[in-house]
Amino acid sequence: METAIAVEDLKKTYQPKTRKGVEVRALEGISFQVSRGEFFGLLGPNGAGKTTTIGILTTRVMPTGGQARIEGIDVAHNPVAVKRLIGVVPQVNNLDRSLTAREILQFHAEYFGVPKHQREQNARQLVERFELADRIDEKVTGYSGGMVQRLKIARALMHDPAILFLDEPTTGLDPQSRRSMWDLLSELNVKGLTILLTTHNMEEADQLCRRIAIIDHGKLLALDSPAQLKRSVPGGYLIELQIRGEVKESFVGALRSLSGVVDVKPDHDRVRIYADRAEGLLANAMRLLSNDGVMVTDAHVAEPSLENLFLHLTGRSLKG
Amino acid sequence: MTATFIALLHRDLRVARRELQYFLLRVGLQPLLFTFIFGFVMPRLGIIQQGYTAMLLPGILGLSMTLSSMQAVALPLVIDFGWTKEIEDRLLAPISISGVALEKILVGILQAIIAGLVVLPLAWLLMGVHLSLGFIEIVQLLLVAILSSWLFAAFGMVVATAVEPQQIGLVFNVLLAPMIFFGCAYYPWATLRVIPWFQYAVLLNPLVYANEGFRLALTPAMPHMSTWLVYIALSGFSLFFTWLGLKKFQKRALD
Repeated sequence: METAIAVEDLKKTYQPKTRKGVEVRALEGISFQVSRGEFFGLLGPNGAGKTTTIGILTTRVMPTGGQARIEGIDVAHNPVAVKRLIGVVPQVNNLDRSLTAREILQFHAEYFGVPKHQREQNARQLVERFELADRIDEKVTGYSGGMVQRLKIARALMHDPAILFLDEPTTGLDPQSRRSMWDLLSELNVKGLTILLTTHNMEEADQLCRRIAIIDHGKLLALDSPAQLKRSVPGGYLIELQIRGEVKESFVGALRSLSGVVDVKPDHDRVRIYADRAEGLLANAMRLLSNDGVMVTDAHVAEPSLENLFLHLTGRSLKG
Repeated sequence: MTATFIALLHRDLRVARRELQYFLLRVGLQPLLFTFIFGFVMPRLGIIQQGYTAMLLPGILGLSMTLSSMQAVALPLVIDFGWTKEIEDRLLAPISISGVALEKILVGILQAIIAGLVVLPLAWLLMGVHLSLGFIEIVQLLLVAILSSWLFAAFGMVVATAVEPQQIGLVFNVLLAPMIFFGCAYYPWATLRVIPWFQYAVLLNPLVYANEGFRLALTPAMPHMSTWLVYIALSGFSLFFTWLGLKKFQKRALD
């Protein structure tokens, strides 16, 4: 497999903007590679360093350490050559408000030197595929969130890039628009486009990505296929119990001795039990606790998921 | 690279053409009112001498052109950077960041030239100033027009990259008002010799050289600043503000 994106020990520290400000270490040395044709996801909560990573890869942010290459070209040293190869769908709506949707598409291709007849053909095809025809000759100020998002992607594809970057493409979309966005992105990837997206939506990463890098606080915590990542959570199943009062050390020991339990993590009035099966375990755990006179106020059983993995890696929920 | 530059220019001209009526109103209205009062009404009232209009004409043209180029660059850019982030779409085009910035400066110059083409005949006709433009004067006029527009387009970039959108109104009031009043638009610089400290202090103001430049091109018989000082100062300020503007643009464009 040939490498499309290579990131090596990438670091970014933002200098304080005011004298009293503090420097922000957004990336503390992350490394990964993306093969041509791959659908790759960066998963992490807000502030994890996802947007900074995409910013560096798309030439908009200067790294303070390490290296990032697109198709072998160093993004910091030759940004113009990199820009020719990539299409970028940013998180914010940066559509040109002075132009109509059709003009946005055509001018974008013109910036990239796409010949006129090709521009028109590309625009026609994308407008049809992305269902934008109805309001294509309007300015975009009245567009819905879903339309803005589709137009942003269509714009990024107008110059036929080799790699598409999307920063949180479905944030703020209703479930139906999100589904159709997923179909669209899968279809583009099947046609051979390399895609890197960031998301804090586990379901999205799970559904779309061939491999996922989980990042938090500027560090890469795990990198693998969704299935492998889920398998890597100890036990896979997670039972979370909330009790009245603090979790005592003696409960933890007793819970550990139950059959099927892989790990037990107490956290104030909560206890997380990782297990390789869920059947019967919840009842056993509840019985054990009630025998000791401990009141369970809430119980939750989760199947193996990326959410569990994130919780396992960081002790925090991805949903923040 | 060149194709991208031309495409960026094409986009900006398309937008400018679409907003032509507002543009004409913006550049035309103030000089029209100004020339009507100072060039038509007041001389007839006998409050000012007939000859004053000839002194005023270069200043009105200078103000219109410099303010047009400054606004053409500063206003859209400050909103782009501080608010809509639309500029990001241009920054992802396959051209260097300086290329994007230089294109903006060129657009400012072009808008100023159009403003000049509207205002000069307008003011000329209304004021009835006698101008005898020979070959040398026309060359001078073109040179001064291009240099002044360039200077203020670059100055607009410095302003736009230095302030937040909320402050732009303040900048136009607090920075531009003194520049205009101390800019030798309403009086020739040479006549200031009766207030020597003031005559030297205004030399810090780049607008002085633009207005004096138009003065020496349009009404060479009137008192004006020496030609070499005008050209050296206009070129020097243009280069300095372009350098500073590009540097600050780069800093704003890149995190």
